[in-house]
Amino acid sequence: MDVGIVGYGVYIPRYRIRVEEIAKVWGDDPERIKHGLLVEEKSVPGPDEDTATIAVEAARNAVKRAGINPQEIGAIYVGSESHPYAVKPTATIVAEAIDATPHLTAADYEFACKAGTAGIQTCMGAVEAGMIKYGMAIGADTAQGAPGDPLEYTAAAGGGAFIIGKNGGKTIATIEGTYSYTTDTPDFWRRDMRPYPKHGGRFTGKPAYFKHVLSAAHGLLRELELTPQDFAYAVFHQPNGKFPLQVAEELGFSNEQVMPGLLTPKVGNTYSGSSMIGLAAALDQAKPGDRILVVSYGSGAGSDAFSIVARDAIEAKRDAAKTVAEYINNKAYIDYSTYAKFKRMLVR
Amino acid sequence: MAVPRFWREIPSRYNLIGSRCGNCNKVMFPPRHICPHCRRIGKLEPYKLKPRGKVVSYAITHVAANGFEDQVPYVLAIVELEDGPRLTTQITDCDPAEVKIGDEVEIVFRRMGEEGEDGVLYYGYKGKLVKP
Ligand SMILES: [Zn+2]
Repeated sequence: MDVGIVGYGVYIPRYRIRVEEIAKVWGDDPERIKHGLLVEEKSVPGPDEDTATIAVEAARNAVKRAGINPQEIGAIYVGSESHPYAVKPTATIVAEAIDATPHLTAADYEFACKAGTAGIQTCMGAVEAGMIKYGMAIGADTAQGAPGDPLEYTAAAGGGAFIIGKNGGKTIATIEGTYSYTTDTPDFWRRDMRPYPKHGGRFTGKPAYFKHVLSAAHGLLRELELTPQDFAYAVFHQPNGKFPLQVAEELGFSNEQVMPGLLTPKVGNTYSGSSMIGLAAALDQAKPGDRILVVSYGSGAGSDAFSIVARDAIEAKRDAAKTVAEYINNKAYIDYSTYAKFKRMLVR
Repeated sequence: MAVPRFWREIPSRYNLIGSRCGNCNKVMFPPRHICPHCRRIGKLEPYKLKPRGKVVSYAITHVAANGFEDQVPYVLAIVELEDGPRLTTQITDCDPAEVKIGDEVEIVFRRMGEEGEDGVLYYGYKGKLVKP
């Protein structure tokens, strides 16, 4: 593989709701939920935000860091399970809003929370094959959890965008390899035209998240002949704060390797944005030579694992756009009734 | 708003594409066909404005325009962009009490409205305080 990351960017909405505020409404014990899920608060999209606006802001940040002419982007893939339209791509809105139109290909991807990393793999292939100079992959969501469902504590909003190109002076990180693991596992789903997803309760853990994340990670480490000690950072899909720490321990990674890219406690589960914002947070801190493991997970089910090594150019490009920490720290709390209005659960 | 009109205005609504006169160098937004200063000798070209500016005036709206009812009270501001032109825009993601004249604003991409439950979605620019 001779491809890498040329630029990256994220976006997280400003509004937050605390676990306490949701627990108060449903009579749950907030401390039990905070300890059980390792989540303190989650991001909430404003009334004028959706997956398209989040994807556009992340994409603009990625272009700023890449420092490239957006007309040289030959492909844009937007992965999400909350595209604003059922029919009409989000990717065309993004392409227009970053001035990449009209000489490119674009499409929307769907694979629960891993549609964004599937887009990275597509871009890697197209760049490697010489079909395009640069490709952009975005994972963005405004996740929905039914009122009173445990998912309501974590279903959040945010997105990450990555520009993939051939390795060279502009590359901030090299992608050493990728490995995927996919089966038909009905752990979480949403039927057509239904507003909220359904999930298999405890079934979402062992045979779903853990089996796929572990298998993809093991496959990649085996293929690249690497061990956990070779990595400075490890980022796993984070539906809550607990799963990624458990999976890290099972693989032999320490908390120190995982914590920089673990954002669920402060923003919740951003679904397709989750592992991509986690990777961005690791890149925000990485020194040249640092190796990062990223493993996404999408229900249904599958995992994509990547090994990524930061390069010298990362230092100069880091400050060209807002960091993950800047988005996390710029926040405004709302109460449950405002949340319900923003989510259109209350309509007059 | 009709879909064709929205579609024609996408460059200015998404990317702040205005016009610059090659004769007097003035930047205009929204884009124009004729330079108001140079008239016939003006040479207008598309120009992408920088998405930064300052609040020069604002009003807090309590009686909303159609489609904005659930966002009251919200701030409508006149923002002077770094490139010179002024535009009227909502300041999003803020408590109206946070907005002050002179505040730095970045232009962000937001959903502006929709044509009912099954119509098209309109996107465009809004202002957001840089340091709230
Ligand atoms: Zn002129």
